[in-house]
Amino acid sequence: MPAYTPPPLPSDDKRWKIVNGTMRKSGFARHALIETLHTVQSSFGYLDDAAIRFVALSLRVPLSQAYGVATFYHYFSLKPPGKHTLTVCAGTACFIKGADKLIAAAEERLGIVPGHTTPDGQVSLMTARCVGACSRAPVMLADGEVTGERTPEQLIEQLERWAVE
Amino acid sequence: MTIEELEQIAESVRRENAKFDYEVSVCMDLACASQGSDKLRDALVQIAEASGKKVLVRRTGCMGPCSHGPLVRVDPYKTFYGHVQSGHAAAIVDRLGGEPVPDLQCDLNEHFDSQMRVVLENAGYIDPEKIDDYIARDGYKALVTVLMEMTPNGVVHRVTESGLRGRGGGGYPTGLKWATVAKAVGDVKYVVCNGDEGDPGAFMDRSVMEGDPHRVIEGMAIAAYAVGASKGFFYVRAEYPIAVSRLTMALREARRRGLLGINICNTPFSFDIEIRLGAGAFVCGEETALIASIEGRRGTPKPRPPYPAVSGLWGKPTLINNVETYANIAPIMRNGGKWFFSIGSERSKGTKVFALSGKIANTGLVEVPMGIKLREIIETIGGGVPAGHKLKAIQTGGPSGGCIPADMLGLGVSYDALMAAGSIMGSGGMIVMDDTSCMVNVARFFIDFCRTESCGKCIPCRAGTAQMHTLLTRICNGSATMADLHLLEDLCSTVKETSLCGLGQTAPNPVLSTLKYFREEYIQHIEQKRCPAGVCKFEAVEVTA
Amino acid sequence: MSDAGDVKTLIIDDKEVSALRGQTILEVARENGIDIPTLCHVDGLGDVGACRMCLVEIKGSNKLQPACVTTIFESMEVSTNTERLQKHRRTILELLFAERNHICSVCVANGHCELQSLAQAQGVTHVRLPYRNPDLHVDASHERFTIDHNRCILCTRCVRVCAEIEGAHVWDVMGRGIDSMIISDLNDPWGESSCTRCGKCVQVCPTGAIFDKSKIGDPHPKYPDFLPYLNLMREAK
Repeated sequence: MPAYTPPPLPSDDKRWKIVNGTMRKSGFARHALIETLHTVQSSFGYLDDAAIRFVALSLRVPLSQAYGVATFYHYFSLKPPGKHTLTVCAGTACFIKGADKLIAAAEERLGIVPGHTTPDGQVSLMTARCVGACSRAPVMLADGEVTGERTPEQLIEQLERWAVE
Repeated sequence: MTIEELEQIAESVRRENAKFDYEVSVCMDLACASQGSDKLRDALVQIAEASGKKVLVRRTGCMGPCSHGPLVRVDPYKTFYGHVQSGHAAAIVDRLGGEPVPDLQCDLNEHFDSQMRVVLENAGYIDPEKIDDYIARDGYKALVTVLMEMTPNGVVHRVTESGLRGRGGGGYPTGLKWATVAKAVGDVKYVVCNGDEGDPGAFMDRSVMEGDPHRVIEGMAIAAYAVGASKGFFYVRAEYPIAVSRLTMALREARRRGLLGINICNTPFSFDIEIRLGAGAFVCGEETALIASIEGRRGTPKPRPPYPAVSGLWGKPTLINNVETYANIAPIMRNGGKWFFSIGSERSKGTKVFALSGKIANTGLVEVPMGIKLREIIETIGGGVPAGHKLKAIQTGGPSGGCIPADMLGLGVSYDALMAAGSIMGSGGMIVMDDTSCMVNVARFFIDFCRTESCGKCIPCRAGTAQMHTLLTRICNGSATMADLHLLEDLCSTVKETSLCGLGQTAPNPVLSTLKYFREEYIQHIEQKRCPAGVCKFEAVEVTA
Repeated sequence: MSDAGDVKTLIIDDKEVSALRGQTILEVARENGIDIPTLCHVDGLGDVGACRMCLVEIKGSNKLQPACVTTIFESMEVSTNTERLQKHRRTILELLFAERNHICSVCVANGHCELQSLAQAQGVTHVRLPYRNPDLHVDASHERFTIDHNRCILCTRCVRVCAEIEGAHVWDVMGRGIDSMIISDLNDPWGESSCTRCGKCVQVCPTGAIFDKSKIGDPHPKYPDFLPYLNLMREAK
C-alpha cells in the first residue's frame, strides 16, 4: 500500500501545524478525531466548517460523521467565543444554592441566553455541567477563573469591570 | 525498580523531610485555590525562609473540609487553620513552636474522627506532582510486589476476596469483572479508567486524580497485569484541566521511574497509559458510550451483550473501572483482601468517598466505612444544616439517584439500602437540601439535565425525558392537572423499562423518589397552586416543550 | 455446515421452535410466523436496537431485551406480546407522534408508512402527550429527492444504508437528545452534498421523511427488499 499523504494545510497559519501534529502523533488514525478537534478548539477558540472539513479529510472520516461528533459533545463550540466568557456552574449543588438567580441576572444584564455571545462580541454566557467545586456553590468562572459563593450582585460587578475595559 | 529501590527513595524523602522542624501543608485544590491559596503558599515560603526556622511548605491536594478553606495544616501538631489568607502567613510562621494562632484554628477533630481514610489516605499529605512523595507513603509497593510475587490469577482472587464493588455507581463486583476480562480470549486487551465524572454535584474523582494521581495509575497497572492487558486509556473530563496536567505529569514520572513502559521491574509485563479527553457528555459514563468516545465517535451507547469485558475497545476485551475503584486496589494488595472485606456492611465492603455539598455546615470530601448511618455523615461529620433551617432531604446518586427524606437518617449507607430507598449509591455526590428547596423543582432540574444529556439514540430517553420535563414544568408553573401527574408516572415507567442504556433507565429515579416521599408537595402544586418551599412562581408561564 | 450442538430449541409465545446458534430472537420469531413489531430494524442493515419496539420479555430476567440484537440460547422462553410490552409500545409510538409534526393526511407516505401502520396495529387511538410542534425545515435542494425533518423519527436507516451499503456515508446525526437531526455532510443542503443520488435512503425510510419528488400526489410505497438480495449477491462474489 502506498504511504498515506494527508491533504495540504488550509493556510500558512502556524496553528494548522499544531493541529496536524496531533493527527500525525496518532498516525492519522480515525480514532484521533476527538483529540484533534480538541486541538483545533484550543488553538482557534472554536471549530468552523473549514477546520472540521480539514480534520475530516486528513483522518479520512466522512464529513457528516465529523460534524456529528463536533455537535454531539457540548465542550466543542461552532461559534467564535466573545472577548470574555462568563460561565455559571449549573451543577446540583450550585442549583440548590441559587445558580438560577445568577443565570437570570446575567441573562437580564447581557440580553442573551446561555450558549450565546453579545452582539458586540464582548461577552459569551455559558453554563457548565459541574466544575467540581461544589463545596463553594454557587460557582462562576470569569474567563476560566473559578470563584465561589457568588451573588448576583458580584456577577454584575464582574460584567461591569469587563464593560469599562 | 525493586522493593529495595522503592525503600531507598522513600528513605531519602524521609531524610529530606527530617531536616525540617515543621511542616506546613497548604491545600491547593480547586475550592481553596479559588480563594487564593496559591498566593498564601508563596507568602508562607517567603516568610518561612526569612524567619530562619526550618519549615517545609508543601502543596497538597484536597484535605476534605472545603467550607473551611483555604486550609492549612501544621505538623507535627496536626493543627488545622481555616479561611487562611496570605496576610496570615506571618502569624502562622511566627507561632511555630508556640501556641497556635487562635483566630485561625478550627476544630475538625469530630469531622475527621468519624471518617476512615483508604482512598484519601494521602490527601493532604503529599505533593501530587512529586512521585517520590507518593513512594514515601508506600506508593507503588503494591505494584512491584504483585509483579514479583503474585500470579495474575492471584491478583484477581484477592480483588474478588476483598468484596470490592464498582464505585462508579452500578456496584458491579470488581473481582467478577476482572475475572471475566482475564478469561476473555484476545491477543490484545485494554484497561480503561473512567475519569469522566459527570454527576453534577460530585467531585471525588477530580480530587483523587488531582491530589493523588499515582494511586490511580498504580491501580490500573495492577489491573492490567491481572487481566493481561498492555495498554491503558485514562478518559478524563476536559473540564478538569488540572487533573489532565497532573495525570500527564504523573505518567511521565512513572515512566521515568520504570513503573510504566516495557518490561516493568525486569518482568515480561509491559504496560503504558494514554490520556483521552472527554468533551462534555454525561452519557459517556456508560461503558459502551465511553468506548465509542475513545474510538473518536459520537458517544452513543450500544445494546449489551456483548459486554465490553468480551468485546470492548476496537472489539477487544476491555476492563473499565472508575477512578475510585482503581484507587482502592493498591491498599487491597498491600493489606490483603480480608482486611478490606472486614470493613463495611454485609454486602458493601470497604469505604466510600462522598462529596458533601448543599445546605450543610462542613461541605467537602469525606470518606466513611460503608454501612455508616446517614445521620452520622450529615450531623457528626457534616455538622448539620446551618441554623435557622430544617433538613428536608438528601440527594444521592445524581441524575440517576433519588432524594431520601429527613426522617430516614437512620439508613445505613450501602448499595442495597440506598437502592431499597429508591435512590442509588451513584458515584458519591451527596447534596443536602433544607426547607427552602422545592422537591418538584429539584426533580425538574434533574430531568432537565437528563434531557440535555440524552444522546438521542433511543426513543424513550430522547422524547420521554423531554415530555417529562414539559409535564414537570407545568406542575411548577401551576398549569398542570392531576391527569398530567398520572401521565408523568406512566412515562416514568416506560422510560425506565424500555430505554437502551443506564442514563434513560435511571432518568425517572429523581421523579419517582420525590413522588414516593413528597407526593403531597406535587399535589399542593397542582390543586392549590402552592409551593411549600416558596420556590415556584405560579404565573401563567407558557410551557415550552 | 452446522452440527447438532448448533441447533437450539426454545419457546417463543408458548410455541416450541428450533434455531441455529447465533440467530437473533427476531430472526427466529419471523421464521416461525411470529410477528414482533420493529421500526429501526430493516433486513440487510446492521441493527442498532434504538427504537425499542421489538423489546421482548425473557423468562428469568426482569429486563426487557431488544429481539433484533439479542441472540437465542437453549431453552430460552420468550414472550413477545404481553400486556406490559403492548403498553410500552403504545407509549413509545405516542412519544414519536408527539415529538415532531406527523400529519398523515398531507404526507406523501400516507397509506404506505410504517409508523402509521404500526400505530394502527398496536391500537394507538389517540395521543395523550403534549405535542411539541417543533419548528423544522424541509430540504428540497436535491434535484430528485426531499428530506422533510418534520416526519423523521431518527431511526438512522438512511445513515446506515448510505454508510454500510452505498459506502458514501453522506448522512449522519448531528446534535444530541431531542435536538438530534439527520444531516448531509457538514449540515449542507442535500443538493449541494456529496450525495451519489443512488436513492437507497428513499427506499429504506419508513415514513415520508425522505421521498422521491416525482411521487408527490401519487402513492409512494417503499421497497427496501433489495437489501438482503444485494448482500447475498455481494457475499456470493
